[in-house]
Amino acid sequence: MMRYMLPLGIFIVLVAFLAVGLNLNPREVPSPLVGKPAPAFELPQLHAPEAKFAPKDMQGKVWLLNVWASWCVSCRQEHPILVELAKSGIVPIYGLNYKDPRDDALKWLKQFGDPYVLSIADVEGRVGIDYGVYGVPETYVIDKAGVIRYKQIGPVTQDVLEKTILPLVAELNK
Amino acid sequence: MVNPVLAKEAAPLAQDEAVEKRMVTISVELRCLVCQNESLAASRADLAQDLRREIREQIGQGKSDKEILDFMVGRYGDFVRYRPPLKGTTMLLWFGPFLLLVAGVIGLVLYLRRRGKHIVEARLSAEEQKKAEALLKLGESENRP
Repeated sequence: MMRYMLPLGIFIVLVAFLAVGLNLNPREVPSPLVGKPAPAFELPQLHAPEAKFAPKDMQGKVWLLNVWASWCVSCRQEHPILVELAKSGIVPIYGLNYKDPRDDALKWLKQFGDPYVLSIADVEGRVGIDYGVYGVPETYVIDKAGVIRYKQIGPVTQDVLEKTILPLVAELNK
Repeated sequence: MVNPVLAKEAAPLAQDEAVEKRMVTISVELRCLVCQNESLAASRADLAQDLRREIREQIGQGKSDKEILDFMVGRYGDFVRYRPPLKGTTMLLWFGPFLLLVAGVIGLVLYLRRRGKHIVEARLSAEEQKKAEALLKLGESENRP
């Protein structure tokens, strides 16, 4: 009996490790930026290029920074959720239009709706690098002091929104 | 038909060969986060090209290799490095394989010892001995040219 128990035990441990390991998403790399101040930048706005936007303009407010692009397929997946969220008015969403030609970006917003208070154009992707963006869409929750409190890599799903982002926003707004 | 908008132009070669060389030695140490099993040096992803540009520029600004690596780790985390630093959270990563090796060797030694005790030398009975010799003789005579 014992001689079967040991291999069986090892097998069960292996299966447990694989079950956990294979269910993790290798694309979700924990961001070192969570808990740190949102990197400063100043970029032209998408709709009004002569006007600038900087994160410090948002001091004292809890806000979302959503990185999007017209060439990004999974952005379409999350877009209706962002549009709904914008309608609810719970939290302002600012868009970082990442490495996108301006015309394409404007056309995309016209076609799918614009949930953003305003979008900022990061044509060369330099601000994206400062924010550690590597897979659009990404969404940052930034608190009143300008500190990044959460980073969503990949599309915001209804589940993530209800279980993680909205409770966090409510807590930060207290 | 080639769409001029979609066609991507080749990334420009750096004019300075020394900068290019240093850029490559730094970027082979870094993981491309878009295609995670490729290094930043090898990847053709857009982000990799941007990051290589960033490295070139920082070399131009006279930054050291360590400063450039720190810049990347500060934004993308330890995962961006193929050789993560040795610290509390990476102990298991660095020493886990050796732990497994030691466990394997201990297991093997224990197993061989236990098996050694069970092996009993087999002896032929007188009758079997005769039979074996007869067979050997038969084989010898048959193999002779």
